[in-house]
Amino acid sequence: MTVKVLNPGLFTTIQDLGRPGYFHLGIPIGGGMDRLSLRAANLLVGNPEDAAVLETVFMGPQLEFEQDATVAVTGADLPPRVDGEAKESWTAFKVKAGQTLTFDYLKEGARAYIAISGGIDTPLYLGSRSTYPIGALGGIDGRPVAIGDQIPIGEGAGAKEGRSIPDALRRLPGNPAELRVLPGLYWRLITEEAGRNFFEDTWAVAPEADRMGVRFRGGREMTFKEREQPFGAGSDPSNIVDGCYSYGSIQVPGGKEPIVLHRDAVSGGGYFTLGAVISADMDLIGQLQPHTPTRFVAVDMEQALAARAERAALRGRIREALQ
Amino acid sequence: MAEVKSPIPGTFYRRPSPEEPPFKSEGDSVAVGDVVGLVEVMKSFIEVKSEVAGTIKSFTVENEQPVTAGAVVAELDD
Repeated sequence: MTVKVLNPGLFTTIQDLGRPGYFHLGIPIGGGMDRLSLRAANLLVGNPEDAAVLETVFMGPQLEFEQDATVAVTGADLPPRVDGEAKESWTAFKVKAGQTLTFDYLKEGARAYIAISGGIDTPLYLGSRSTYPIGALGGIDGRPVAIGDQIPIGEGAGAKEGRSIPDALRRLPGNPAELRVLPGLYWRLITEEAGRNFFEDTWAVAPEADRMGVRFRGGREMTFKEREQPFGAGSDPSNIVDGCYSYGSIQVPGGKEPIVLHRDAVSGGGYFTLGAVISADMDLIGQLQPHTPTRFVAVDMEQALAARAERAALRGRIREALQ
Repeated sequence: MAEVKSPIPGTFYRRPSPEEPPFKSEGDSVAVGDVVGLVEVMKSFIEVKSEVAGTIKSFTVENEQPVTAGAVVAELDD
């Protein structure tokens, strides 16, 4: 069966959990920016957790169903409607053949995940269906969905409607948002004062934030320790001899605006990275609206690993809640 | 009274570019589908169009100010 795109919304892409293993070749890990919500949407409709879904940002699509299906919308509070009738988020509901799924204005968060029973069945590319628009890989012709697309859906009976994930197991950032940061290898390049300011200041999400990276502004400019730039590094003190970037790493070009690299990020370059947002908080970044006030909070490796374990336990509780 | 709402969150602009006049000013008439402003988000500028016809009574968001999805940017008299 297929689902027809009547209106694609702003930027709606097919995403699964991504294609790890090729970052060293410059192909990003990709996949949903809020993976917890993506997994939850799939579980609600009876799909494997890693099935492909639609990730929609800020404004939902309009989708017409060719056959009956079970659907769930998780992540951002983007209220779904079926032929105009309001449905609950984080709850499985039925869409009948010929009906249209639409969305109200976004209320909270940034990205909603739309899972359809059977999962989206576009071809795998390097082991994943995730769309990487900059590299034109995955999804439908490597691009966001467009008007008239017939999105292929796999076979799947679908779970029964009404299954819901309790409020206590849903996650969206607070206001101000708090992102935990593990200082890294290049922390030594900035002055002590700059390091203190980074954690003291309240930053705001820049509107240009996207799947590659999320920029923050509004904090004080960083100062760097005196050093002679090494051979091969650019002349700005924020330049290094090219190095690898990790998912979550924070680069600060010119010492001005921190950018947290996300799922579709570039894999290396010549800006220093002062540390990384811990893996447990990366999903929250996918839910930040433009202008959201944000604080960075310093943690050590032990705290980062504890947070990661907590996150794994949360996934376990979501699975249990749906059994 | 009718309202024009932003479809998305971002930064609101009243002009197509800094050198050009505003899309609409107070007292201007608006037809269905007329552009009254732009919202910048994810390196794109999305047009904010009126879904109703009327006359602009007032803008409720200043140029270059943040908006949320569904926020009223202008009020119209029928």
